[in-house]
Amino acid sequence: MRLGKSLVASTAIALVAASGAFAQTLTIATVNNGDMIRMQGLSGEFTAQTGIELEWVILEENILRQRVTQDIATSGGQFDIMTIGMYEAPIWAERDWLVSLDGLPDDYDIDDILPAMRAGLSFEGSLYAAPFYGESSMVMYRTDLMEAAGMEMPEEPTWDDIAAAAAAMTDRDNNINGICLRGRAGWGENMAFITTVANSFGARWFDEDWNAQLDSPEWLEAVTFYNDLLQNYGPPGAANNGFNENLTLFQQGRCGMWIDATVAASFVTNPNDSTVADSVGFALAPNRDGLDKRANWLWAWALAIPAGTQQEEAAMEFINWATSKDYLELVAEREGWANVPPGSRTSLYENPEYAQVPFADMTLRSINAADPNNPTVDPVPYVGIQFVAIPEWAGIGTSAGQEFSAMVAGQLTPEQALERAQALVTDEMEAAGY
Amino acid sequence: MARSVTTQRKTFNTFLAWVIGLLIFFPILWTVLTSFKSEAQAIADPPVWFFFDWTLENYRVVQERSNYSRFLWNSIIIAGGSTVLGMFIAIPAAWSMAFVPSRQTKNILLWMLSTKMLPAVGVLYPIYLIFIQMGLLDTRVGLTIVLMLINLPIMVWMLYTYFKEIPGEILEAARMDGAGLRQEILYVLTPMAIPGIASTMLLNIILAWNEAFWTLNLTAARAAPLTAFIASYSSPEGLFYAKLSAASTMAIAPILILGWFSQKQLVRGLTFGAVK
Amino acid sequence: MSTKASRSAARLMLAPAVILLLGWMLVPLTMTLIFSFQRYLPLRGGFQGWVGFENYVRFVGSSAFWPAVQSTVIIVGGVLLITVVLGILLAILLDQPMWGQGMVRILVIAPFFVMPTVSGLVWKNMFMDPNNGLLSHLWRFFGADPVIWLSDASMLSIILIVSWQWLPFATLILLTAIQSLDSEQLEAAEMDGAPALSRFRHIILPHLSRAITIVILIQTIFLLAIFAEIFVTTQGSFGTRTLTYLIFQRVLESQNVGLGSAGGIYAVILANIFALFLMRIVGKNLDR
Repeated sequence: MRLGKSLVASTAIALVAASGAFAQTLTIATVNNGDMIRMQGLSGEFTAQTGIELEWVILEENILRQRVTQDIATSGGQFDIMTIGMYEAPIWAERDWLVSLDGLPDDYDIDDILPAMRAGLSFEGSLYAAPFYGESSMVMYRTDLMEAAGMEMPEEPTWDDIAAAAAAMTDRDNNINGICLRGRAGWGENMAFITTVANSFGARWFDEDWNAQLDSPEWLEAVTFYNDLLQNYGPPGAANNGFNENLTLFQQGRCGMWIDATVAASFVTNPNDSTVADSVGFALAPNRDGLDKRANWLWAWALAIPAGTQQEEAAMEFINWATSKDYLELVAEREGWANVPPGSRTSLYENPEYAQVPFADMTLRSINAADPNNPTVDPVPYVGIQFVAIPEWAGIGTSAGQEFSAMVAGQLTPEQALERAQALVTDEMEAAGY
Repeated sequence: MARSVTTQRKTFNTFLAWVIGLLIFFPILWTVLTSFKSEAQAIADPPVWFFFDWTLENYRVVQERSNYSRFLWNSIIIAGGSTVLGMFIAIPAAWSMAFVPSRQTKNILLWMLSTKMLPAVGVLYPIYLIFIQMGLLDTRVGLTIVLMLINLPIMVWMLYTYFKEIPGEILEAARMDGAGLRQEILYVLTPMAIPGIASTMLLNIILAWNEAFWTLNLTAARAAPLTAFIASYSSPEGLFYAKLSAASTMAIAPILILGWFSQKQLVRGLTFGAVK
Repeated sequence: MSTKASRSAARLMLAPAVILLLGWMLVPLTMTLIFSFQRYLPLRGGFQGWVGFENYVRFVGSSAFWPAVQSTVIIVGGVLLITVVLGILLAILLDQPMWGQGMVRILVIAPFFVMPTVSGLVWKNMFMDPNNGLLSHLWRFFGADPVIWLSDASMLSIILIVSWQWLPFATLILLTAIQSLDSEQLEAAEMDGAPALSRFRHIILPHLSRAITIVILIQTIFLLAIFAEIFVTTQGSFGTRTLTYLIFQRVLESQNVGLGSAGGIYAVILANIFALFLMRIVGKNLDR
């Protein structure tokens, strides 16, 4: 049998080697968000320029994360380029799992990357993942509905403003929900949003000795507020809605408001996909009256090269192409400036043409309002705003997220959800040896 | 079958059976119909049934975006390969247990079936590590082997029950007539065993085609079959029902057609020979 | 017939299958067993020391364990109940004389060929979606509030989806069994004036018992391992986290291989208890 196995293995190796001899092929794992799909569509240009073929693995966010994490942790070597975020980049870099991007050529202009993005994707001063797009979160609302309700959205709203606006815009008979928010379980889905709400209410995940804090009154207040918003003014089935589901709802005109990633602004204002394209307004993420933490998150979807890939050079070349200034211009030329992947480069926001885009200014302000090193009112031992930058977070966030998702579905009260989440988090932290 | 029934009763039976049959089939029908609609028509309320602008646009988009043909090819190779490979191992095993039974035969059969009950998730990590070690991750060879192994118990079982039906006397008679082992297998056994082998292969192709644990967890791009192709449509951006339908139709059509064409054998195959 | 030579030839023919399955079973299982006694965290660099039975205690002690066992039992039990009961009724109906029997049979068998990822996604989006799903249109048509299937009736939804996939299988096996029933016996009973229900109880049901056993056995094997249907719909939320899924999360999401492996060993033990029970029934059938 051992002979059989090695025979099979050698055949496999021979096959792989044979296929490699023809043309260089990069395998790229990415998330199925609109900007990435567009990148895939445009990647023919890259192949034409360099002769390097591309294999795309496009997955839903939660699945993508499981897949690339598993692959990197076991040195699976299935991918040459991975799409990761601010959570993974520093943790993986610390383990030497990523190739440093210091080798990018000068004309890549690494200093042009927005400082907040660069800081979040670096480890010990070196960049380990190049931001494809960066985002914070902000309020997107329907100007026509607000007007009809006789209300005005302040540029810097509080949570009370949001609740009042949601109540005013909700019109169940016409299938319009005052507010759409993430409810689908996942550390990058509902927990990203809920954590920012909690931050703005003065809550935190852990105290300085890594004790879980979900039993605090601040958490209860934050989660109750979030739950009430969705129960009273949210769409049916909110517990299953992630970024993409809410985007679809908003584009169909089913949401009065949506607090989510700034990157969504270009999709909701795109007349090809959105029925409400010309009546969307933007505002900063809310804060709670009396506290000056806003519920902004900070995130970048970035391209990284796993250590051990056989095709480091080609991978570097692709990253250089996909996250360059030229790529932004390519998209602008083909699809207009509004569809350029936002939030990655300073030069984009200095571009007068881009300044015409209605959401450009609010996006930049939102990004600048986020501070990953001081995410909460009370001090914490971790960095990260809508996540906790420790390896256990993915597990913790997802299992806690399932409890909150059950809460939105009406199966748990906020108290029960928090109690269970607290127990789960304590379990997992103990298992990890804290 | 020669029971006499009134036309009235027969009409009623026919009506009821067709209603239920269509109800069960409906999700598939709806998926196929939706695949020819525009995205807006796909979510229209009230739903549109047959009268809409039929379009092939979704198929074009899906093929362009995901390179359907490569996934299809992987599915064919993996399902077909694991079946053929499995047959080489299962046929001799089943043959020997059916014609030269020993006291252990029954226990071995049961033990084989029990390996099928091993929860795959319990061994996912080790298999993953083994695959990395042997360079089998995301290769068709690796997936073929795994699918062969998980379906091997079922193949052996089915073949065993088929072979068991071949009367031993025929063999003895052939032997009396002076047939050697080779002739015995070639001229006497093979013709009698072919229907059983065909049904076993068919069922196995279907099982391998639809397997969705290992195929999802052990592949990325190069070896990913249609199950993974569909998983990439699980929560895309914007309206996607029509595209999801087109992708789904393309993923199930080949096996649906195969299954329908060989319906008779399949019914027999599904019962593992245990129900006659 | 079985000479010594043919016996050893037979062993030789059996050997590859047995060795392969033995290897397939033992090698990974041994590795899982070894991991289960370790603190093994790939994201923290892998092996972190031996911990004895700590993982086993932790896995069962976690608040997610019993609910997962419960979900597993409910899903497997629910699907078995639905498919067997409906399968019997459908099989009896299809056995009746009618026009277009072959065609109906094709319609009924079709869901069995649909791959689990497709059926999960199609049901989730095109039928059970509370905004655009067909069922929500139907509910609204009758003036009712749409059911939010995957969260409010999550278990029922999963059971429905899986039952839809497995009903054809049950129906076909039971139909084949019914067709082998001696129709003269039935007719005689009918002549004697035995009412339909009693004919069903005393003739059809006993005749089907063997087939039902087979259906239950084979389905249980597959149902204990259902993964894709949950993976593409609820991802374990809303109480649909089965034991299989919990272990998957421990290993892949939390990246706690030691803990997940301990869970894997529990699952293996549970499955084996179950298997033993079923093997007995099948073993008896083998002797007949």
